[in-house]
Amino acid sequence: MNTPSEAIIQLDNISLSFALPATSVQALDNISVKVKAGQITGLIGPDGAGKTTLMRLLSGLLKPDSGQAKVLGLDVVKNPQQIQSMIGYMPQRFGLYEDLTVQENMDLYADLHNIPVDQRASRYEKLLSMSQMAPFTARLAGKLSGGMKQKLGLACALVSPPRLLILDEPTVGVDPVSRRELWQIINQMLQEEHISVLMSTAYLDEAERCNDVILMHKGQILQQASPEVFSQTMQNRTFLAHSTALSKRHLQARLSKEAGVLDALIDNDDIHLVMQEAIINDVPAFNDIEDLHIRPTRPHFEDAFIALLKTNPDPGNAITETETEAQKSSQSSNDLNQKQSRLKNNVSDSIIKVDKVVRRFGDFYAVKGISFEVKRGEIFGLLGANGAGKSTLFRMLCGLLPASDGKVEVAGHNLRTASASARAHIGYMAQRFSLYTNLTIKQNLMFFSKAYGLRGKQQKERIQWALDEFELADYYNTNSNDLPLGYKQRLAFAAALMHQPDILFLDEPTSGVDPLARREFWHRTNELAESGVTILVTTHFMDEANYCDRLIIMAAGTELATGSPEDLRHHFKSAQNPEPSMEDTFIALVETKAENRKNIND
Amino acid sequence: MTDHFSTPAHNNFSPQRLKGIVRKESLQILRDPSSIAIAFVLPVVLLLLFGYGVSLDAKHVPIGFVVETPDTNTQSFISMFKHSDYFEPQQFLTTHKAKQALKERKIFGIVRLRNDFSDQMLSSGDSPIELLVNGVDANQARITEGYILSIWQLWLSRTAQVQGKPLQVPITIDQRVWFNSALKSRNYLVPGLIAVIMTLIGAMLTAMVVAREWERGTMEAILVTPVRLSEFLLGKLIPYFILGMGGMLLSVAMAYWQFDVPFRGSFVVLFFSSTLFMLTCLGLGLFISTITRSQFVAGEVSILVSFLPAFILSGFIFDINSMPPVIQWLTYLVPAKYFVAIIQSTFLAGNVWPIILTNCAYLILMSLVFFALIMKKSHKSLE
Repeated sequence: MNTPSEAIIQLDNISLSFALPATSVQALDNISVKVKAGQITGLIGPDGAGKTTLMRLLSGLLKPDSGQAKVLGLDVVKNPQQIQSMIGYMPQRFGLYEDLTVQENMDLYADLHNIPVDQRASRYEKLLSMSQMAPFTARLAGKLSGGMKQKLGLACALVSPPRLLILDEPTVGVDPVSRRELWQIINQMLQEEHISVLMSTAYLDEAERCNDVILMHKGQILQQASPEVFSQTMQNRTFLAHSTALSKRHLQARLSKEAGVLDALIDNDDIHLVMQEAIINDVPAFNDIEDLHIRPTRPHFEDAFIALLKTNPDPGNAITETETEAQKSSQSSNDLNQKQSRLKNNVSDSIIKVDKVVRRFGDFYAVKGISFEVKRGEIFGLLGANGAGKSTLFRMLCGLLPASDGKVEVAGHNLRTASASARAHIGYMAQRFSLYTNLTIKQNLMFFSKAYGLRGKQQKERIQWALDEFELADYYNTNSNDLPLGYKQRLAFAAALMHQPDILFLDEPTSGVDPLARREFWHRTNELAESGVTILVTTHFMDEANYCDRLIIMAAGTELATGSPEDLRHHFKSAQNPEPSMEDTFIALVETKAENRKNIND
Repeated sequence: MTDHFSTPAHNNFSPQRLKGIVRKESLQILRDPSSIAIAFVLPVVLLLLFGYGVSLDAKHVPIGFVVETPDTNTQSFISMFKHSDYFEPQQFLTTHKAKQALKERKIFGIVRLRNDFSDQMLSSGDSPIELLVNGVDANQARITEGYILSIWQLWLSRTAQVQGKPLQVPITIDQRVWFNSALKSRNYLVPGLIAVIMTLIGAMLTAMVVAREWERGTMEAILVTPVRLSEFLLGKLIPYFILGMGGMLLSVAMAYWQFDVPFRGSFVVLFFSSTLFMLTCLGLGLFISTITRSQFVAGEVSILVSFLPAFILSGFIFDINSMPPVIQWLTYLVPAKYFVAIIQSTFLAGNVWPIILTNCAYLILMSLVFFALIMKKSHKSLE
């Protein structure tokens, strides 16, 4: 048995590049790293940092161009099969057979790992009880919810007790409740079977729960340390700001433009500030903002992540652009203000009215009687676990799916009778950025602007606007398939805005997108909302719920609660948890749903 | 380095891993209606279509008659056609009208009996007819021409007999057709079709199911298990081999009982040669799947390189000897060509060992080539 200090993974000068049609990408650039046994090591970094490539290399799926990689003391190039018999690997995409049942999937993995038949029953029992899947063994994997699929994937990777578990973003797209359960399984295996875990994650609060964190960027390792060490570098640099005179979003926008501010983020009721320099025994002063209260706060792990990436400038990357973007937004704020005054002249208007809407599929009720209204210029959030009915509701609002019963009114048009005229007011960004992957950015923008009926000078202007506003000019002639995920998202966002819609529907816009790109995305969304565009957004990042003015939380097609994030959070204040986060609120709501359905705001 | 977990043997071929893959693959086949449809419904549909619908025989061909001077002789000549299964005679008053009908495709050919039909018949015992046949469908035109000429000769000799005159024909042809004496095209189409159906199951289905694993992301998870490449490939082959042989047996049974195609060879020979052909097809299918990773492309490629050549270049419908030399060379690359030769002769001619052995040798060679290519091309990695 390895002593805990022994390296379970050791990389020496590993380089790996991929050849693309026109160019080649250095996915791993001379990496040397050691990962200790018996603990959880987190792998973080923006999209395209090389996390997945590294994990595939360790699993024997890719061979390095140069350097040596050892896993469990074995060379990955010489002994891939021996390594594979001792590791469990869960790829980013759900890697199980959807047409096999839970039990059959587990049997397959037991067979592939040569587990003797007499040893299986006890192992299955343990894994099924840990993942709370025992009642579902006969269900087809394809009929499981997203969270359950991930749990099954993890269980299959654990069927043969692995020495090392490699998990590639196991919690992406998984609701908070399932996410918590996945972590429970991982922790239990760590304690009971002394396995080692290497996991990549886009959730930085998860990285904070790891023993050791490796931060990758552009194929290199920026830092490897415990989360505490990461956070310590941020000591005396983080503050909470609050102003009674300005809305959270206004305050955030103002503060992010101030000198010395590295990052400003909405954190529950306050703005979480990260300063470029440490300020000891004092708080930063911003004289031009009235009625501002600033107090020091404990640094988050995410602060260190952002600070490290923002201070590692790399031309052409999203990271360094945030500042120029801030300047740009002040330039364009004049045009925005004009639109704002145009649109906001009737503020109390409800632009979206949903009244007792129902959607049936056969006997199955995907949405059962949801009602809410959204006002002009609001950011309205739809939250819920996988299968809660968010996407169905969303499609009905966009006029893509007729409601079985009830009324959906968008911009004064009843979607049952006039979905086409309602759609002219709507911009829609689908969950999987629905772009033509073999068209370039330019061709995509040309197509979408034409599809929305733009032509001639107007079309040219809008395309130029999209290229400038979303900084896509560098990739103008790149096929959208070859774009980094963050850029794909920008392009999809730009395409949805070509016809200057009054209402914007965003379905899981930040799923799988790294924290930097998420910040940038919300920055843009806030600006749009300020200019009077109404925004409906679904998300499973609970901290993002704080960006919404109001939100509805759904479960099993019904409404659990509607209200502002503040109201919802405050409702679950308790002695044990005086400041519940949005995630705590969500879990509490889902768990108490059977007993009492709460409607807090209305 | 000691280990408190049991580290399973991983370097040797493992029957358990193979069993795991076979079971997974079989369950997927059973749950996927499309594979069952391709293996069992499609053969039935194709066989019914070709067995009943498509026929290369000329039957009930509409023929126009233009009789310039009707009399008893012309009547008796036309009634020969009326009593034949092969023709549907129609009378036209003028050649012009008949030609019009030919152009409109109402009739397939025109027989014109001139003024001197009876005179010629009586004086020389020979009476020329004028025959016009629509040559657009060359195959049918040739068959129709042949049938009309033989009816004409038959009528001449009968009439001569009745009138007690010897017929002045220097040579008479006494035709005997071997192997398919009824000249039913169904008898050679149906066995050939079995080769096409097996190509479809073996190559297309196999190519698509491996591509499906890439598309759905299951391949990546499978590759990071200790499974050996040989176990994975064999585990895929076995269920599809059984499925393909099942489709083959069904087709043979239908050919024999449903379509009464005579079976003159030995079933054992047919079974073993089918095995070889099935392996060649599976090899081709797996090879396609190693070069493509999307189901769509796999489907297109396998139609292009396996199904269409099996249809057109195997000699199943079109005679290879009458193809241009370049195309004839191409047919050597089509596995179905060898199996069509075997299956047509086992059905219709019996065990013709030279044919069976040469073609089996080609099939063995081809399957070895495909499997060598597969082992060379595929490896347990993502590159």
